[in-house]
Amino acid sequence: MELFDVVFYVFAFITVVSAFIVVFSRNIIYAAFSLLFTFFGVAGLYVLLNADFLAVTQILIYVGGILVLLLFGVMLTSNVINVDIKTGTIQTVPALVLVAIVAGSLSGLFYSTWKDVSAPETSVVTTTPALGKMLMTTYLLPFEIASVVLLVALIGATFIARRST
Amino acid sequence: MKEFLISILQNEILVYALMAFVPLLWIVPFALFAVWWERKISAHMQDRLGPMRTGGWHGWAQTIADILKLMQKEDIVPAAADKKLFVLAPFVVFVGSYAAYAVIPFSAAYVGSEINIGLFYLIAISSLVVIGLLMAGWASNNKWSLFGAMRSAAQVVSYEIPIALALLAVVMIVGSFDLQEINRAQSGPIWNWFVFQKFPFLFIATMLYFVASLAEVNRTPFDIPEAESELVAGYHTEYSGMKFALLFLAEYANMFVVSIIGATIFFGGWNSPFGEFMSGPIWGVFWFISKGMMFVFVQIWLRWTLPRLRVDQLMYVGWKVLIPFSFVNIIGVGFWVMMGR
Repeated sequence: MELFDVVFYVFAFITVVSAFIVVFSRNIIYAAFSLLFTFFGVAGLYVLLNADFLAVTQILIYVGGILVLLLFGVMLTSNVINVDIKTGTIQTVPALVLVAIVAGSLSGLFYSTWKDVSAPETSVVTTTPALGKMLMTTYLLPFEIASVVLLVALIGATFIARRST
Repeated sequence: MKEFLISILQNEILVYALMAFVPLLWIVPFALFAVWWERKISAHMQDRLGPMRTGGWHGWAQTIADILKLMQKEDIVPAAADKKLFVLAPFVVFVGSYAAYAVIPFSAAYVGSEINIGLFYLIAISSLVVIGLLMAGWASNNKWSLFGAMRSAAQVVSYEIPIALALLAVVMIVGSFDLQEINRAQSGPIWNWFVFQKFPFLFIATMLYFVASLAEVNRTPFDIPEAESELVAGYHTEYSGMKFALLFLAEYANMFVVSIIGATIFFGGWNSPFGEFMSGPIWGVFWFISKGMMFVFVQIWLRWTLPRLRVDQLMYVGWKVLIPFSFVNIIGVGFWVMMGR
């Protein structure tokens, strides 16, 4: 095995195991902290695919922003350990239909793009300027819409927080 | 340095392990020295002598004796603490501060990993420390610890924004996140350093970065996460023995990291202040460490001079003073860069 393969399996193992803990742990604090390792595993896989800027952005946004806020929220709730997560079965038929649709479209996507998957380019020196140019030209409209939506959410959150006091 | 080691050792994995080990050879002696230094400086500022006996000359061996004591202490985990997270937290904190050393250019010849997004990586990886502090505070099952951890997280999340914006000013001028590239852009005599360039914008950026970086490492006047007069010791109240030592080591390692980022971005990194005179890879390490130590000294000096801010004052300074200033600063630098084209 090459060094690349060893590192890939290490990151894949970290990602999958911690993702399992996130889903199955009955202690929501453990679930929240396991997300840290999931995000790091995914960031490591991005680095292996030469997407260095994406990997660091993943850490900055998900670990530095979202996970910290998530932990804040979890720590402010009073009942943390042994939360009763409902596991009963209701609405079997609609659920099955919905799951079938999602699974079908995901596997359809997977099979239709299967042939286009190729090994990562090793000659990529830096992805940052290319990403920046694309965001400011080809994908300018989605980028600006996302910024405006985030700004609206920010103002809305401040407004709601202010009103209660 | 990596190519040279590969050529003599003929084993890639061994070389990577060695390269990753180098910063530890600096962090541990630095932390031992800095703790002693901080005690002596604080003592002299308060007209005392500080440690004088251990080791003979001005108590130089005091922190070595302290660390030996900490190693022998019983490893206590409080009965009501969350054992797994309590044990894990100091490691997460230390990994976070050690990971930052991966991209720090100690000299023109040594940098752990010469990635082209080094500065961006540094900003991102510091968030791991916050998670570790939250983990320590929550797992201790102690209200002071939890308060300390929450304050620390709120503070670091707020002050990351002015730090990133202040550093972005330099990135806009150099056009690269690569720390070695930024260092090379400042080579030459002392007025090529970015703190003296594009006056006054980069000077303002330096000040903004320095103030915000004090908050990032929980130093006075922003040390409310471990305000000893109200929170006992914040997130590390329940820690003792080696786990406490690890948290403390991470704290001092972080102090050096923020100092050295400031020195690299604004004060020329490993560049000699005299241009070609006394420059080169070996002198580079000397200049780099001297600049870092100077900022560490300023941090210690401020800690024993300034009073602590209140929580609401802290948020006021972060959101209503530093962030607007850094936005205006970014616009100013942007105009300057555009006119230079």
